[in-house]
Amino acid sequence: MNPGRRDYLPALVLVAPFLVIYLVLFVYPTIMMVQLTFTDSPLIGEGKWVGFDNYVRLWNDRLFLRATWNTFYFVLLTVIPTTIIGLLIAMMVSRLNGWFQSIILAAFFLPYILPVTVVTEIWEWVLNVKFGVGQHVFEAVLGERVSVFRNRNWAMPMVAFVTIWWTNGFNVLLFIAGLRNIPSDFYEAAALDGATRWEQFRYITLPLIWPIGALVLTIQLILQLKIFDQVHLLTEGGPARSTEVLVRMIWLNGFNQNKGGYAATIALFLFIMVIVLSVFQYQLIRRRRWE
Amino acid sequence: MMQRLNFGGGVLTVLTVVAAALWAFPLYWAVATSVQTDNEVIAPGLRLVPRTFSLDAYVHALVNTSIGHWYVNSIVTSVTITIVVVFMAACCGYAISQLRFPGRRPIFLLILASFMVPIQALIVTHFVLMADLGLVNTWAGVILPQLIAPVTVLIYKQFFDSVPKELREAAVVDGASEFHLLFRLYLPMNWGITVALAVITYISAWNSFLWPLLVTTQERMMTITVGVIGVDDAFGVHYARDLAVAVLASLPVALAYLFFQRRVTQAIMLSAGIKG
Repeated sequence: MNPGRRDYLPALVLVAPFLVIYLVLFVYPTIMMVQLTFTDSPLIGEGKWVGFDNYVRLWNDRLFLRATWNTFYFVLLTVIPTTIIGLLIAMMVSRLNGWFQSIILAAFFLPYILPVTVVTEIWEWVLNVKFGVGQHVFEAVLGERVSVFRNRNWAMPMVAFVTIWWTNGFNVLLFIAGLRNIPSDFYEAAALDGATRWEQFRYITLPLIWPIGALVLTIQLILQLKIFDQVHLLTEGGPARSTEVLVRMIWLNGFNQNKGGYAATIALFLFIMVIVLSVFQYQLIRRRRWE
Repeated sequence: MMQRLNFGGGVLTVLTVVAAALWAFPLYWAVATSVQTDNEVIAPGLRLVPRTFSLDAYVHALVNTSIGHWYVNSIVTSVTITIVVVFMAACCGYAISQLRFPGRRPIFLLILASFMVPIQALIVTHFVLMADLGLVNTWAGVILPQLIAPVTVLIYKQFFDSVPKELREAAVVDGASEFHLLFRLYLPMNWGITVALAVITYISAWNSFLWPLLVTTQERMMTITVGVIGVDDAFGVHYARDLAVAVLASLPVALAYLFFQRRVTQAIMLSAGIKG
């Protein structure tokens, strides 16, 4: 009996649950999404074929352009700051040892494992314009209270701030792992040669941590493009659409205005954008990964 | 020189502690608020330590909201998702790691493709599919789209790849079937990774928001992560009560993290492609 045949049946059985689930819940919905973009279907029910109408409409939809722009604005406000803050915190935590390090790390990491609704509930309370404890900071610095989630200038930066607070623990973990891989001899040798702390950071830490930095940047870029939850919960896209984002446009058109075909078109746009970036990410790091 | 260095280190340590305290302060503040009465909460002035202690908000949450239903829904859906995802990933990961069969390459590509796809882009068609199957407002409706977890398969593949070939060959000579090999050799050898993947899958299923929000329209079918936001609508604004529900919603994931801290860390590293 040849070895290929021996493997075939068990392989089929082992792969079957995965295949069934992915065909039904991933491949089929993806194909259906593409097909929907050529129809004027409501969310539930039949629609008729409209060719490229949805695409033309997308091109001329000012709210869609606005949401795309806002999404990139949010990405800008989160991705680079969270990478820098993550590295700084990781460097601070790495200096410590034992249980002391565990406690400090837990303080920075704990928000990451909380449900997003809990996170937004907490910050709505902390920043509540009447009773929020955080308003003491605004009073001290600006001399006035600010209703941050109802203010056009503050809304997106504060959603970004809450997002960084929530998700930064992930980056800290990756950076700590990266820092741990830098041999301590490097620092000892540099210190013997009289290198300052800054020089050690600049010429040892930074170049050696860079691969992790690139990884964090791309993971965050893809993650934050998909922003929905925090905006939906904190600002509902407002005030005056200033925090409307792409995934919320899918939700608005599909689930709020019952335009399934058009919602699918926006979804396809997001889909393609994220895949292109993911392919780029995969190329960047695949040598150290699953193959 | 030495002294200056130590002094600098001391300052850094103090700064680190202050930064950590500030970072965790909102968590403390949420818990502190939840154990006060509503009057106390909105009393003027800044009191960092509550003067009174009351569990009224918790009693209220337990008696007057559907939190019992939400808990059951969250537990049933998260636990089911965890079991199915881990089992499916172990089987599939084993097949693509150890067996040579036609279709292995396409399956591997399918996994990589789904790994790149933003699941948020599929909400419309997932909803249509669930509605067609009559699964809106059911546990199955909440569970099914969350079973797409390609990273789990890739991590199992990676770990099964590194099991020494000699062990496999010895077992095969003894007449072990593929199922024996998987469940008696490969899985037990990678118990730690199974625990890590299970905990992280459970935490993310518990926390998932967008899909459960869409597929549950009846209050009684919501998961607790979605239920948390329903509370203000029902009772006007009562911060102590809102935060009591939030604390209750967080407990199962916070405890999972505290018990399995090392495993959670490991799973996060692995999902980012770093062998921890």
